[in-house]
Amino acid sequence: MPREIGKHYKEILKQYIQKQDEKDLYAGQKFSREFIEKEISPEEVIGIHKSSLMELLPETSDQIWHSFDFLIEMMIHYGLALQEHQSLILKQEELAMEMKIAAQVQNSLLKTKVPSFKGLDIGFITVPAKQMSGDYIYFLNDDSNYASVAVADVIGKGIPAALCMSIIKFGMDSMQYENPSPNVVLEVVNRIVEDNIDDSMFISMFYGKYDAEKSIFNYGSAGHEPALLYRAKTGKFVELDAEGLLLGVQRNIQYEERSVQLEDNDFIVIMTDGVTETRTEQGFIEEQFIHAILESVKDEPAQKIADTVYQRLGELQNFQLRDDFTIVIFKKNER
Amino acid sequence: MNLQVEVSEENLVHYFKVVGEVDAFTAPVLKERLTSVQKTPNVQAVIDLSEVDYIDSTGLGIFIGFYKALQEQNGYVKMTGVNHRLKRLFEITGIDKIIDIEIEEGGSDDASL
Repeated sequence: MPREIGKHYKEILKQYIQKQDEKDLYAGQKFSREFIEKEISPEEVIGIHKSSLMELLPETSDQIWHSFDFLIEMMIHYGLALQEHQSLILKQEELAMEMKIAAQVQNSLLKTKVPSFKGLDIGFITVPAKQMSGDYIYFLNDDSNYASVAVADVIGKGIPAALCMSIIKFGMDSMQYENPSPNVVLEVVNRIVEDNIDDSMFISMFYGKYDAEKSIFNYGSAGHEPALLYRAKTGKFVELDAEGLLLGVQRNIQYEERSVQLEDNDFIVIMTDGVTETRTEQGFIEEQFIHAILESVKDEPAQKIADTVYQRLGELQNFQLRDDFTIVIFKKNER
Repeated sequence: MNLQVEVSEENLVHYFKVVGEVDAFTAPVLKERLTSVQKTPNVQAVIDLSEVDYIDSTGLGIFIGFYKALQEQNGYVKMTGVNHRLKRLFEITGIDKIIDIEIEEGGSDDASL
Protein backbone atom coordinates (compact mmCIF):
# COMPACT_ATOMS: atom_id res chain seq x y z
CA MET A 1 0.00 0.00 0.00
CA PRO A 2 2.66 2.61 0.95
CA ARG A 3 4.40 1.78 -2.30
CA GLU A 4 1.28 2.69 -4.25
CA ILE A 5 0.84 5.88 -2.30
CA GLY A 6 4.46 6.73 -3.04
CA LYS A 7 3.85 6.23 -6.74
CA HIS A 8 0.78 8.41 -6.71
CA TYR A 9 2.57 11.11 -4.73
CA LYS A 10 5.44 11.07 -7.21
CA GLU A 11 3.01 11.64 -10.10
CA ILE A 12 1.39 14.69 -8.50
CA LEU A 13 4.77 16.08 -7.52
CA LYS A 14 6.11 15.60 -11.04
CA GLN A 15 3.17 17.50 -12.53
CA TYR A 16 3.64 20.35 -10.14
CA ILE A 17 7.41 20.64 -10.60
CA GLN A 18 6.91 20.85 -14.35
CA LYS A 19 3.98 23.28 -14.54
CA GLN A 20 3.30 24.79 -11.09
CA ASP A 21 -0.38 24.59 -11.83
CA GLU A 22 -2.88 25.48 -9.06
CA LYS A 23 -4.79 22.35 -10.02
CA ASP A 24 -1.91 20.08 -9.03
CA LEU A 25 -1.42 21.94 -5.81
CA TYR A 26 -5.05 21.29 -5.00
CA ALA A 27 -4.61 17.60 -5.93
CA GLY A 28 -1.73 17.46 -3.45
CA GLN A 29 -3.84 19.01 -0.77
CA LYS A 30 -6.55 16.43 -1.32
CA PHE A 31 -3.98 13.67 -1.34
CA SER A 32 -2.62 14.75 2.04
CA ARG A 33 -5.92 13.70 3.56
CA GLU A 34 -5.19 10.20 2.39
CA PHE A 35 -1.89 10.34 4.30
CA ILE A 36 -3.76 11.28 7.44
CA GLU A 37 -6.40 8.61 6.93
CA LYS A 38 -3.78 5.92 6.45
CA GLU A 39 -1.95 7.20 9.54
CA ILE A 40 1.23 7.98 7.68
CA SER A 41 3.46 9.98 10.00
CA PRO A 42 5.04 13.35 9.09
CA GLU A 43 8.52 11.81 8.85
CA GLU A 44 7.23 9.13 6.50
CA VAL A 45 5.72 11.83 4.26
CA ILE A 46 9.13 13.45 3.99
CA GLY A 47 10.64 10.03 3.28
CA ILE A 48 8.19 9.56 0.43
CA HIS A 49 8.97 13.07 -0.85
CA LYS A 50 12.69 12.35 -0.78
CA SER A 51 12.51 9.07 -2.66
CA SER A 52 10.13 10.58 -5.23
CA LEU A 53 12.60 13.40 -5.83
CA MET A 54 15.50 10.97 -6.12
CA GLU A 55 13.68 9.34 -9.01
CA LEU A 56 12.47 12.59 -10.59
CA LEU A 57 15.71 14.61 -10.24
CA PRO A 58 18.53 12.04 -9.97
CA GLU A 59 21.21 14.67 -10.71
CA THR A 60 20.59 16.55 -7.48
CA SER A 61 23.58 16.93 -5.20
CA ASP A 62 24.10 14.57 -2.28
CA GLN A 63 24.05 17.52 0.10
CA ILE A 64 20.35 18.00 -0.59
CA TRP A 65 19.65 14.32 0.14
CA HIS A 66 21.52 14.60 3.44
CA SER A 67 19.40 17.61 4.33
CA PHE A 68 16.28 15.49 3.87
CA ASP A 69 17.61 12.91 6.31
CA PHE A 70 18.11 15.74 8.74
CA LEU A 71 14.56 16.98 8.20
CA ILE A 72 13.17 13.46 8.74
CA GLU A 73 14.92 13.39 12.09
CA MET A 74 13.38 16.76 12.93
CA MET A 75 9.89 15.51 12.23
CA ILE A 76 9.99 12.37 14.36
CA HIS A 77 8.74 14.15 17.50
CA TYR A 78 5.94 15.80 15.58
CA GLY A 79 4.86 12.31 14.61
CA LEU A 80 4.89 11.18 18.23
CA ALA A 81 2.91 14.24 19.34
CA LEU A 82 0.36 13.48 16.67
CA GLN A 83 0.01 9.90 17.88
CA GLU A 84 -0.51 11.12 21.42
CA HIS A 85 -3.15 13.55 20.23
CA GLN A 86 -5.00 10.80 18.43
CA SER A 87 -5.01 8.51 21.44
CA LEU A 88 -6.31 11.39 23.60
CA ILE A 89 -9.20 11.93 21.23
CA LEU A 90 -10.02 8.28 21.53
CA LYS A 91 -9.89 8.45 25.33
CA GLN A 92 -12.08 11.54 25.32
CA GLU A 93 -14.70 9.73 23.30
CA GLU A 94 -14.65 6.91 25.83
CA LEU A 95 -15.06 9.35 28.72
CA ALA A 96 -17.93 11.15 27.01
CA MET A 97 -19.62 7.81 26.59
CA GLU A 98 -19.14 6.95 30.27
CA MET A 99 -20.48 10.35 31.29
CA LYS A 100 -23.56 9.74 29.23
CA ILE A 101 -24.15 6.43 30.94
CA ALA A 102 -23.49 7.99 34.37
CA ALA A 103 -26.08 10.70 33.66
CA GLN A 104 -28.58 7.99 32.74
CA VAL A 105 -27.80 6.07 35.92
CA GLN A 106 -28.25 9.30 37.90
CA ASN A 107 -31.62 9.90 36.29
CA SER A 108 -32.95 6.48 37.07
CA LEU A 109 -31.39 6.40 40.53
CA LEU A 110 -32.89 9.73 41.52
CA LYS A 111 -36.28 9.21 39.98
CA THR A 112 -39.12 10.70 41.98
CA LYS A 113 -42.88 10.48 41.69
CA VAL A 114 -44.89 13.67 41.76
CA PRO A 115 -47.71 13.53 44.32
CA SER A 116 -51.10 14.10 42.80
CA PHE A 117 -54.18 14.87 44.79
CA LYS A 118 -57.03 17.29 44.95
CA GLY A 119 -56.37 20.80 46.11
CA LEU A 120 -52.69 20.88 45.19
CA ASP A 121 -51.14 21.53 41.78
CA ILE A 122 -47.43 20.77 41.48
CA GLY A 123 -45.10 21.82 38.69
CA PHE A 124 -41.34 21.64 38.40
CA ILE A 125 -38.39 21.85 36.06
CA THR A 126 -34.74 21.01 36.62
CA VAL A 127 -32.06 21.58 33.99
CA PRO A 128 -28.38 20.74 34.55
CA ALA A 129 -25.67 23.17 33.45
CA LYS A 130 -23.43 20.23 32.55
CA GLN A 131 -24.26 16.63 31.85
CA MET A 132 -24.79 15.70 35.48
CA SER A 133 -26.79 17.81 37.86
CA GLY A 134 -25.93 18.95 41.40
CA ASP A 135 -29.53 20.01 41.95
CA TYR A 136 -32.06 17.56 43.19
CA ILE A 137 -35.82 17.43 43.68
CA TYR A 138 -37.44 14.72 45.70
CA PHE A 139 -41.14 14.30 46.37
CA LEU A 140 -42.68 12.22 49.13
CA ASN A 141 -46.34 11.68 49.85
CA ASP A 142 -48.80 9.44 51.59
CA ASP A 143 -51.24 9.46 48.66
CA SER A 144 -53.97 11.34 50.45
CA ASN A 145 -53.04 14.28 52.59
CA TYR A 146 -49.36 15.08 52.78
CA ALA A 147 -47.12 16.12 49.95
CA SER A 148 -43.51 16.83 50.81
CA VAL A 149 -40.71 18.15 48.64
CA ALA A 150 -36.98 18.46 49.11
CA VAL A 151 -35.00 20.76 46.85
CA ALA A 152 -31.26 20.40 47.31
CA ASP A 153 -28.20 21.93 45.72
CA VAL A 154 -24.77 20.42 46.19
CA ILE A 155 -22.06 23.06 46.38
CA GLY A 156 -19.82 22.16 43.54
CA LYS A 157 -20.84 20.93 40.14
CA GLY A 158 -20.49 17.95 37.88
CA ILE A 159 -19.85 14.36 38.81
CA PRO A 160 -18.82 14.69 42.49
CA ALA A 161 -21.94 16.76 43.21
CA ALA A 162 -24.11 14.25 41.44
CA LEU A 163 -22.74 11.36 43.45
CA CYS A 164 -23.62 13.13 46.71
CA MET A 165 -27.24 13.21 45.71
CA SER A 166 -27.75 9.50 46.08
CA ILE A 167 -26.73 9.77 49.75
CA ILE A 168 -29.47 12.34 50.37
CA LYS A 169 -32.02 10.32 48.52
CA PHE A 170 -31.39 7.17 50.49
CA GLY A 171 -31.41 9.16 53.73
CA MET A 172 -34.85 10.49 52.94
CA ASP A 173 -36.10 7.14 51.73
CA SER A 174 -35.30 5.68 55.11
CA MET A 175 -37.75 8.14 56.71
CA GLN A 176 -40.46 7.85 54.11
CA TYR A 177 -43.02 6.02 56.22
CA GLU A 178 -42.61 8.13 59.33
CA ASN A 179 -44.00 11.20 57.61
CA PRO A 180 -41.47 13.38 59.43
CA SER A 181 -41.63 17.16 59.78
CA PRO A 182 -39.12 19.38 57.94
CA ASN A 183 -36.84 20.12 60.90
CA VAL A 184 -36.47 16.40 61.64
CA VAL A 185 -35.67 15.58 58.02
CA LEU A 186 -33.02 18.30 57.89
CA GLU A 187 -31.45 17.16 61.16
CA VAL A 188 -31.24 13.54 60.02
CA VAL A 189 -29.95 14.39 56.54
CA ASN A 190 -27.38 16.76 58.06
CA ARG A 191 -26.02 13.95 60.19
CA ILE A 192 -25.86 11.60 57.20
CA VAL A 193 -24.07 14.19 55.09
CA GLU A 194 -21.66 15.13 57.89
CA ASP A 195 -20.77 11.47 58.41
CA ASN A 196 -20.46 10.44 54.79
CA ILE A 197 -19.35 13.28 52.61
CA ASP A 198 -15.97 14.80 51.98
CA ASP A 199 -15.07 17.80 54.16
CA SER A 200 -15.14 20.25 51.30
CA MET A 201 -18.62 19.42 50.05
CA PHE A 202 -21.77 21.03 51.37
CA ILE A 203 -25.41 20.90 50.47
CA SER A 204 -28.18 23.44 50.77
CA MET A 205 -31.68 22.06 51.09
CA PHE A 206 -35.20 23.38 51.40
CA TYR A 207 -37.78 20.98 52.74
CA GLY A 208 -41.51 21.68 52.67
CA LYS A 209 -44.46 19.58 53.75
CA TYR A 210 -47.98 20.45 52.70
CA ASP A 211 -51.02 19.32 54.61
CA ALA A 212 -53.80 19.35 52.04
CA GLU A 213 -56.59 19.03 54.54
CA LYS A 214 -55.59 22.07 56.59
CA SER A 215 -53.85 23.87 53.69
CA ILE A 216 -50.80 24.42 55.84
CA PHE A 217 -47.27 24.43 54.44
CA ASN A 218 -44.52 23.59 56.95
CA TYR A 219 -40.98 24.28 55.91
CA GLY A 220 -37.38 24.40 56.99
CA SER A 221 -34.17 25.43 55.28
CA ALA A 222 -30.59 24.25 55.52
CA GLY A 223 -28.77 27.26 54.11
CA HIS A 224 -31.02 27.30 51.06
CA GLU A 225 -32.34 30.22 49.04
CA PRO A 226 -35.65 31.37 50.64
CA ALA A 227 -38.77 30.18 48.84
CA LEU A 228 -41.36 32.69 47.63
CA LEU A 229 -45.02 32.70 48.50
CA TYR A 230 -47.40 34.50 46.15
CA ARG A 231 -50.54 35.72 47.90
CA ALA A 232 -53.38 35.76 45.37
CA LYS A 233 -55.53 38.04 47.49
CA THR A 234 -53.00 40.86 47.84
CA GLY A 235 -50.92 40.19 44.75
CA LYS A 236 -47.76 40.35 46.92
CA PHE A 237 -44.76 38.10 47.37
CA VAL A 238 -43.55 36.95 50.77
CA GLU A 239 -40.14 35.36 51.38
CA LEU A 240 -40.26 32.04 53.20
CA ASP A 241 -37.00 31.89 55.08
CA ALA A 242 -36.07 29.81 58.08
CA GLU A 243 -32.83 29.67 59.99
CA GLY A 244 -30.51 26.76 59.47
CA LEU A 245 -26.95 26.03 58.47
CA LEU A 246 -25.91 24.27 55.25
CA LEU A 247 -25.85 20.48 55.49
CA GLY A 248 -22.50 18.92 56.24
CA VAL A 249 -20.79 21.81 58.04
CA GLN A 250 -21.46 20.86 61.65
CA ARG A 251 -22.95 17.87 63.41
CA ASN A 252 -26.00 18.14 65.65
CA ILE A 253 -27.52 21.28 64.22
CA GLN A 254 -31.07 22.32 65.05
CA TYR A 255 -33.26 23.58 62.24
CA GLU A 256 -36.03 26.10 62.60
CA GLU A 257 -39.43 25.10 61.30
CA ARG A 258 -42.07 27.57 60.19
CA SER A 259 -45.49 27.33 58.64
CA VAL A 260 -47.87 29.33 56.48
CA GLN A 261 -51.53 28.93 55.74
CA LEU A 262 -52.35 28.86 52.03
CA GLU A 263 -55.47 30.32 50.46
CA ASP A 264 -56.90 29.38 47.07
CA ASN A 265 -54.60 30.27 44.16
CA ASP A 266 -51.67 31.09 46.43
CA PHE A 267 -48.51 29.43 45.23
CA ILE A 268 -45.06 28.65 46.61
CA VAL A 269 -41.91 28.86 44.49
CA ILE A 270 -38.87 26.86 45.60
CA MET A 271 -35.70 27.58 43.63
CA THR A 272 -31.97 26.95 43.59
CA ASP A 273 -29.38 29.69 43.13
CA GLY A 274 -29.12 28.77 39.45
CA VAL A 275 -32.44 30.63 39.18
CA THR A 276 -31.92 33.57 41.54
CA GLU A 277 -28.37 34.23 40.43
CA THR A 278 -29.14 34.34 36.75
CA ARG A 279 -26.54 36.55 35.17
CA THR A 280 -26.65 38.56 31.99
CA GLU A 281 -24.01 40.77 30.41
CA GLN A 282 -25.42 43.64 32.48
CA GLY A 283 -24.99 41.75 35.76
CA PHE A 284 -27.26 39.79 38.05
CA ILE A 285 -31.01 39.96 37.60
CA GLU A 286 -33.07 41.71 40.25
CA GLU A 287 -35.45 39.83 42.49
CA GLN A 288 -38.29 41.92 41.09
CA PHE A 289 -37.56 40.50 37.67
CA ILE A 290 -38.48 37.00 38.83
CA HIS A 291 -41.53 38.39 40.64
CA ALA A 292 -42.72 40.03 37.43
CA ILE A 293 -42.39 36.79 35.46
CA LEU A 294 -44.29 34.87 38.13
CA GLU A 295 -46.99 37.49 38.28
CA SER A 296 -47.54 37.38 34.54
CA VAL A 297 -48.46 33.67 34.75
CA LYS A 298 -50.07 33.59 38.20
CA ASP A 299 -53.36 32.22 36.85
CA GLU A 300 -51.73 29.40 34.89
CA PRO A 301 -51.26 25.80 36.10
CA ALA A 302 -48.16 25.14 38.23
CA GLN A 303 -46.22 23.42 35.43
CA LYS A 304 -46.79 26.32 33.08
CA ILE A 305 -45.49 28.73 35.74
CA ALA A 306 -42.30 26.69 36.20
CA ASP A 307 -41.76 26.34 32.45
CA THR A 308 -42.27 30.04 31.84
CA VAL A 309 -39.68 31.07 34.42
CA TYR A 310 -37.16 28.73 32.82
CA GLN A 311 -38.02 29.95 29.34
CA ARG A 312 -37.63 33.65 30.22
CA LEU A 313 -34.49 33.33 32.32
CA GLY A 314 -32.99 30.83 29.89
CA GLU A 315 -33.44 33.24 26.99
CA LEU A 316 -31.50 35.92 28.87
CA GLN A 317 -28.42 33.70 28.88
CA ASN A 318 -29.00 32.02 25.48
CA PHE A 319 -29.75 28.81 27.36
CA GLN A 320 -26.05 28.48 28.25
CA LEU A 321 -26.63 27.89 31.95
CA ARG A 322 -23.78 28.68 34.35
CA ASP A 323 -25.39 26.71 37.13
CA ASP A 324 -27.96 23.94 37.48
CA PHE A 325 -31.45 25.42 37.30
CA THR A 326 -34.30 24.07 39.42
CA ILE A 327 -37.71 25.40 40.29
CA VAL A 328 -40.70 23.78 42.01
CA ILE A 329 -44.20 25.25 42.26
CA PHE A 330 -46.84 24.23 44.83
CA LYS A 331 -50.14 25.89 43.99
CA LYS A 332 -53.25 25.59 46.09
CA ASN A 333 -56.46 24.90 44.20
CA GLU A 334 -60.00 24.78 45.39
CA ARG A 335 -60.67 21.41 46.94
CA MET B 1 -12.33 37.50 35.76
CA ASN B 2 -9.15 37.62 37.82
CA LEU B 3 -8.67 37.03 41.48
CA GLN B 4 -5.82 38.34 43.58
CA VAL B 5 -5.03 37.37 47.12
CA GLU B 6 -2.57 39.55 49.03
CA VAL B 7 -1.15 37.79 52.04
CA SER B 8 0.45 39.54 55.00
CA GLU B 9 1.19 38.81 58.63
CA GLU B 10 1.13 41.13 61.61
CA ASN B 11 1.38 40.20 65.30
CA LEU B 12 0.86 36.53 64.40
CA VAL B 13 -2.41 37.31 62.58
CA HIS B 14 -2.58 36.25 58.94
CA TYR B 15 -4.35 38.75 56.69
CA PHE B 16 -5.80 37.75 53.33
CA LYS B 17 -6.99 40.61 51.17
CA VAL B 18 -9.07 39.15 48.38
CA VAL B 19 -9.64 41.21 45.24
CA GLY B 20 -12.00 40.09 42.48
CA GLU B 21 -14.72 37.49 42.15
CA VAL B 22 -14.50 34.15 43.89
CA ASP B 23 -16.04 31.55 41.60
CA ALA B 24 -15.36 28.07 40.30
CA PHE B 25 -12.62 29.39 37.99
CA THR B 26 -10.76 31.60 40.44
CA ALA B 27 -11.34 29.65 43.64
CA PRO B 28 -8.26 27.40 43.32
CA VAL B 29 -5.98 30.46 43.81
CA LEU B 30 -7.73 31.36 47.05
CA LYS B 31 -7.75 27.78 48.23
CA GLU B 32 -4.01 27.47 47.71
CA ARG B 33 -3.29 30.62 49.74
CA LEU B 34 -5.58 29.64 52.60
CA THR B 35 -4.29 26.08 52.70
CA SER B 36 -0.78 27.40 53.32
CA VAL B 37 -1.69 28.43 56.88
CA GLN B 38 -4.48 26.09 57.88
CA LYS B 39 -2.22 23.42 59.36
CA THR B 40 -0.67 25.83 61.86
CA PRO B 41 -1.92 25.29 65.43
CA ASN B 42 -3.91 28.19 66.95
CA VAL B 43 -3.70 30.17 63.72
CA GLN B 44 -5.51 33.53 63.64
CA ALA B 45 -6.76 34.70 60.28
CA VAL B 46 -8.62 37.72 58.89
CA ILE B 47 -10.10 37.60 55.40
CA ASP B 48 -10.74 41.05 53.96
CA LEU B 49 -13.57 40.90 51.40
CA SER B 50 -14.01 44.65 50.85
CA GLU B 51 -12.87 44.26 47.22
CA VAL B 52 -15.07 41.25 46.54
CA ASP B 53 -18.49 41.73 44.94
CA TYR B 54 -19.42 38.17 44.32
CA ILE B 55 -18.81 34.72 45.73
CA ASP B 56 -20.40 31.70 44.11
CA SER B 57 -21.14 28.41 45.80
CA THR B 58 -17.70 26.96 45.03
CA GLY B 59 -16.10 30.01 46.65
CA LEU B 60 -18.35 29.69 49.66
CA GLY B 61 -17.31 26.06 50.00
CA ILE B 62 -13.68 27.14 50.22
CA PHE B 63 -14.37 29.54 53.10
CA ILE B 64 -16.31 26.86 54.96
CA GLY B 65 -13.56 24.33 54.34
CA PHE B 66 -11.04 26.83 55.73
CA TYR B 67 -13.23 27.43 58.79
CA LYS B 68 -13.48 23.70 59.44
CA ALA B 69 -9.75 23.18 59.05
CA LEU B 70 -9.07 26.02 61.51
CA GLN B 71 -11.51 24.58 64.03
CA GLU B 72 -9.45 21.42 64.10
CA GLN B 73 -6.33 23.48 64.83
CA ASN B 74 -8.03 25.53 67.51
CA GLY B 75 -7.71 28.54 65.22
CA TYR B 76 -9.95 31.51 64.50
CA VAL B 77 -11.09 33.25 61.33
CA LYS B 78 -12.98 36.48 60.79
CA MET B 79 -14.28 37.99 57.57
CA THR B 80 -14.31 41.76 57.15
CA GLY B 81 -15.54 44.30 54.61
CA VAL B 82 -18.56 42.20 53.67
CA ASN B 83 -20.97 44.01 51.30
CA HIS B 84 -24.74 43.74 51.18
CA ARG B 85 -24.85 40.95 48.61
CA LEU B 86 -22.32 38.81 50.46
CA LYS B 87 -24.00 39.48 53.80
CA ARG B 88 -27.20 38.06 52.38
CA LEU B 89 -25.33 34.99 51.12
CA PHE B 90 -23.78 34.39 54.55
CA GLU B 91 -27.16 34.85 56.25
CA ILE B 92 -29.07 32.52 53.94
CA THR B 93 -26.49 29.77 54.29
CA GLY B 94 -26.30 30.19 58.07
CA ILE B 95 -22.56 30.88 57.83
CA ASP B 96 -22.97 34.14 59.79
CA LYS B 97 -23.87 32.03 62.83
CA ILE B 98 -20.54 30.21 62.86
CA ILE B 99 -18.05 32.67 61.36
CA ASP B 100 -17.63 36.23 62.64
CA ILE B 101 -18.52 38.69 59.94
CA GLU B 102 -17.95 42.44 59.83
CA ILE B 103 -20.05 44.49 57.47
CA GLU B 104 -18.38 46.92 55.10
CA GLU B 105 -18.41 50.42 56.61
CA GLY B 106 -21.08 52.60 55.09
CA GLY B 107 -21.86 49.98 52.49
CA SER B 108 -24.42 47.93 54.34
CA ASP B 109 -27.45 49.73 52.95
CA ASP B 110 -26.18 50.12 49.40
CA ALA B 111 -29.36 49.59 47.42
CA SER B 112 -27.58 49.29 44.08
CA LEU B 113 -26.42 45.75 44.80
